[in-house]
Amino acid sequence: MEYFGSVMSLMFTALLVENFIFSKFYGCCPFLGVSEKPATALGMGMAVTFVITVSSAVTWLVYHFLLVPEWADYDLGYLKTIAFILVIAALVQFIEMFLRKFIPTLYSALGIYLPLITTNCAVLSSALLIVQKEYDFIQAVCFGFSASLGFTLAIVVFAGVRSRMENADPPRAFKGFPLTLIAAGLLAMAFSCFSGIKFG
Amino acid sequence: MQIQDVLIPVAIFAGLGILFGVILAIASRVFAVQVDERVEQITEALPGANCGGCGYSGCAALAEAIVKGEAKPNACNSCSSAGIKTIGEIMGMEVEEAVPLHAHVMCSGNCHTAAYKYRYEGASDCIAAEKLGSGNKACPNGCIGLGTCVAACKYDAIHIVDGLAVVDDTKCIGCGACATLCPKHIITLIPVSSKYCVECRSVENGAITRKHCDAGCIACKICEKNCPVGAITVTDFVASIDQSKCISCGKCAEKCPRKVIKLCD
Repeated sequence: MEYFGSVMSLMFTALLVENFIFSKFYGCCPFLGVSEKPATALGMGMAVTFVITVSSAVTWLVYHFLLVPEWADYDLGYLKTIAFILVIAALVQFIEMFLRKFIPTLYSALGIYLPLITTNCAVLSSALLIVQKEYDFIQAVCFGFSASLGFTLAIVVFAGVRSRMENADPPRAFKGFPLTLIAAGLLAMAFSCFSGIKFG
Repeated sequence: MQIQDVLIPVAIFAGLGILFGVILAIASRVFAVQVDERVEQITEALPGANCGGCGYSGCAALAEAIVKGEAKPNACNSCSSAGIKTIGEIMGMEVEEAVPLHAHVMCSGNCHTAAYKYRYEGASDCIAAEKLGSGNKACPNGCIGLGTCVAACKYDAIHIVDGLAVVDDTKCIGCGACATLCPKHIITLIPVSSKYCVECRSVENGAITRKHCDAGCIACKICEKNCPVGAITVTDFVASIDQSKCISCGKCAEKCPRKVIKLCD
């Protein structure tokens, strides 16, 4: 029961308190690039969620069974970044082929941003954070899932804000990107309220 | 330092690389998607401006529709005749060359001539204003002048001058993006060769049109009587010129008492 509680608090922290976008500023490129329409933002969020969850599991296995295995006396922890990038790149390629075949509408909606998930720092950072915090397998998958869910939440909420902003008539200097950045800042401030919440 | 320290990482990474390579190679076979190469060729032949004037989301979407037979090979208004020809060759069919078109705003009611119903303070968008008592101008068919067409134009070819949209003919490529969005449907694509046009679409009778606008067609039929080739007809209280008959003599513009028939080359 205590273990379950620790996993839940870990998930809540990853989802809101240490939200990837608003408190760690990971993955800002898709956050600003694909947040024009809520539907596309949700698609992007789901793709990122899928990639991060699967990559968290795979990178955990690669790290613990190949790079720093208990059954052998070598330590390749210093190569983890390269190994993780390799795993993530292969995974994104695989997902791209899968989507193109089975969900072509989502494939065309994500467009260039799908291959860009490969270099999305949110994906790599989630894999690296899991190693740094020494999570076990279940914790690793739960962390990856809830952190990427936090990403999805942020991007969908922001897409809602942006679609409302389209009808606004701001001063010319603020039109477009400046106003988008200001709105992102305000949203990040709102999310900073969660940092006061402590569990356990 | 021992030789294993180098060999083990190399072996592991080579193994990982080969493993992923094999998985991806298998996946590319299993998940292969049949792509019609004509789609790519047609996309190349299209202008690539993604203006949306054809009604599809972009040039690639139009190319797909052409290959499927949903759209005509000459559906793109902004395509050069050479481009249309290439598309015809790719599709293996004869394509008649499209007449070059440009957009024209069929309204003369600017802020000096048109009467206003109320002062509009809201989103700067004609479609929004249209929903509020069909716009702030008294004339139900007149240009609202809030620039929905300006925002739609990718070529900076249409501007609001004195509360009326005006097309810059040197920049307009006739894609028709503005015409599809205009809630009043007063932007029309006319052949570039046409000389004169009636810049009014008011379908009210003369007396009502007079109240709405100083520059509206009052259906006096003077132009119809003066046209030597019978190219002008007045229907629904508004004159229209049949461009295929018009010989560009200019008599209609000369005689029009309201000056709504204008030179529009």
